[in-house]
Amino acid sequence: MSTAETSSEEGVRRRDWIHIAALSTAGVGAVGVVIPLVSQMAPSADVLAASTTNVDVGAIEAGQTIKAVFRGQPLFVKRLTSAEIEQARSDDAANMRDPQTLADRTKEGHEDLLVTLGVCTHLGCVPLGAAEGENKGEFGGYFCPCHGSHYDVAGRIRKGPAPTNLVVPEYEFSSDAIIQVG
Amino acid sequence: MSFAWAKQYEPKSDFTKWVDEKLPIPRMVYNAIGGGYPVPRNLNYMWNFGVLAGFFLMVQIITGVVLAMHYTSGVDSAFGSIEHIMRNVNYGWMLRYAHANGASFFFIVIYMHIFRGLFYSSYKAPREMIWLLGVVIFLLMMATAFMGYVLPWGQMSFWGAKVITGLFGAIPFVGEPLQIWLVGGYAPNAATLSRFFSLHFLLPFVIAGVVILHIWALHIPGSSNPTGVEVKAESDTVPFHPYYTAKDGWFLGLVLIIFSLFVFFAPNVLGHPDNYIEANPLSTPAHIVPEWYFLPFYAILRAFTADLTIPFTGIVLVEAKLLGVIAMFGSILVWFFLPWLDKSPVRSGSYRPLFARFFWFGFIPCFAVLMYVGGAPAEEPYVLLSQVATAYYFLHFLVILPIVSQIEKPKPLPFSITQAVLGHKEGDGTSDGGGDTPGKVVKPLPGGSPDGSLQPAE
Repeated sequence: MSTAETSSEEGVRRRDWIHIAALSTAGVGAVGVVIPLVSQMAPSADVLAASTTNVDVGAIEAGQTIKAVFRGQPLFVKRLTSAEIEQARSDDAANMRDPQTLADRTKEGHEDLLVTLGVCTHLGCVPLGAAEGENKGEFGGYFCPCHGSHYDVAGRIRKGPAPTNLVVPEYEFSSDAIIQVG
Repeated sequence: MSFAWAKQYEPKSDFTKWVDEKLPIPRMVYNAIGGGYPVPRNLNYMWNFGVLAGFFLMVQIITGVVLAMHYTSGVDSAFGSIEHIMRNVNYGWMLRYAHANGASFFFIVIYMHIFRGLFYSSYKAPREMIWLLGVVIFLLMMATAFMGYVLPWGQMSFWGAKVITGLFGAIPFVGEPLQIWLVGGYAPNAATLSRFFSLHFLLPFVIAGVVILHIWALHIPGSSNPTGVEVKAESDTVPFHPYYTAKDGWFLGLVLIIFSLFVFFAPNVLGHPDNYIEANPLSTPAHIVPEWYFLPFYAILRAFTADLTIPFTGIVLVEAKLLGVIAMFGSILVWFFLPWLDKSPVRSGSYRPLFARFFWFGFIPCFAVLMYVGGAPAEEPYVLLSQVATAYYFLHFLVILPIVSQIEKPKPLPFSITQAVLGHKEGDGTSDGGGDTPGKVVKPLPGGSPDGSLQPAE
C-alpha cells in the first residue's frame, strides 16, 4: 500500500466496510443457528395438537362437576344449581381481588355451565371441590389445599394467596351438548 | 502463583521430566494440592468443607453417570426405571441411595462452607472473586438438584416441577410464554422430563468447570485463615501436602462414616414418601414441600401473602406472587454484593464481638427458622414466623452488616499467624482493632496492589 493511499484513508476506511460486512454476515449466521436451538424448546407439534379438547357436557346434572383433561391439565366443568346461580349473582358486586360477574365467566344462554381450569392460580395445585364430598372452601366453590385459597361457586378468588380467579379457557359450544375447549 | 518460599516441583524420572516439558499437569497438581501450595498453619476444621464439597461433586458425577446407564427419561417409563434400578440392577439400590443422599451431603458441606465464609468474611478483598464464583456454583447446584429431583417422575417430582416453573409465570409480560417455553408445554410433560435429564447430566460438568475457576482464584491470594491476618512469612504456612491432605483425609473418613449411616440405614429419611407415588397431573399431594436444602428459600417465597399496593387506592404495584419470587432470588443474589456491604477492615468474626453476636444470635437462628417454616404447612403461626424471619434475613445483609462494620470496635488482632499460634511474645505491639493493615484489607474492585504482606511469586 502506498503512502498516499494510507493518508487518504483517515477516518472511515475502505477496510471498515469489510469488517462491518463480515461481522454482519457472521451475525446473521449466528442468529440463524440460535433460532432452531431456542425454538426446539417450545411446545412440539403433538403438544400443540392436543391443545383443543371436546367435552360432552350434556349429561352433567345440576350441582355436578366433571373433570376433563385440557393441555395436560385438569379442566373442571360444573353445572350450577339455581341456588348457586343466585348466590353467584348476588356476590357479583362483592369486594373481590379479581372482580368478575358470573355473566363474564359463562356463555350467554348457558349461565349454568361453568368451565374453568382446575389449576390454582397461585402455584398451580389442583383445587378440591370438584368431586363429591371434597372440601369446597368457605365460599362453596373450590378450595386449594396447598396454600389455602378459597374460590366461590363461580371459581372467583375470595380468600387466600391466589392472585386471580380460576382461568376460564376459550371454549365454544359446537352443539348444545358438546363444548370445544381451546 | 504462590508465596516466594513455596517449594518447586522437581520431576524425578526422565519420564516425568518429559511430561513436565510437554504438558506440566503434574506440576499444576503439585502447586494446587501438593507440597507446592503453602497454606496458613492455623486452619480449623471449618476449612475442611471445601475439599469435601469437591469430593461429593465427584460422588454425584460418578454415581450419576452410572445411574444414567439404567434410567430412561420417558413419562411412562421413568418411574418404572427407578424401580428397575432399585430391584434388578446389581447394586442399583446402593448407587441410587448414594446419589440421592450424596445430594443432601453435598448441600450440607456447601452450607458449612458458605457459613464459614460468612463468619470469617472469606469474601473480603482480595478474595471477592472466589466468593462470587462460589455463589455461581451454589446457584448451579440448586438448578441441578431441582432438575434431578424431577427425574424419578413421582408426585413430588411433578408438582415440584410445576410449582418451580410456575415461578417464572409470575414475571410480568413475558412470564407465561417463558414458562411454556421452559416446560415445552402447558404443564410438565414428556418434553420437560427429557430436557431436565439432559441438563441434569450437563450441569455437573459446568459446575466442575466453575470449581476449577474457584480454586484458581483461591490460589492467587492463598487460603484465608481463622485470624483473618494475612500470611506474612514462611513460618505462617505449612505445605498443603502432607499437612492438609492428611487432615482432609481424616475428616473425609469421618464424614463418610456418617454418609454410610444414611445410605445404608436411613436412605429415605431425607426424602418424601410422596415421591414413591407415580406422577399424576390431575391430583396434587396435600402438602408440597421441596427437598430440605431448599426450605429456607421456599419459606421466603411463601412469606409474601399480600400485594404491594398504593395505600387507600387499591392500585396493585406488585402482586404477592411476584414479590415472593423476587425475594427468593434476591435472597441469594444479595450474596453477590456481600464483599461491598461488609466494610469492616477486620475479616475474622472471632475479632468482631458485635458482628459475632448478630451472626450467632441473629443470622443463624433466622436461617434455622426459615428452614423449619419452609417445611411447615402454610398456616399461622408459620406464615407470620416466615415473614419475620424473611425480614430479618434481608435486614442482616442490607442494614445490620453495613452498620455494624462501621460502629464496631474490633478486638486487637495478633501481629501474625505464627504469633497467634505460638502465643504472645515480646510485648505484642498491635494497636486495637487495626491489626496488620487496617483499611487496607477492604478495597474497591480491581486495581490496587494487594496487601503489602502478600507477594505472589508467580
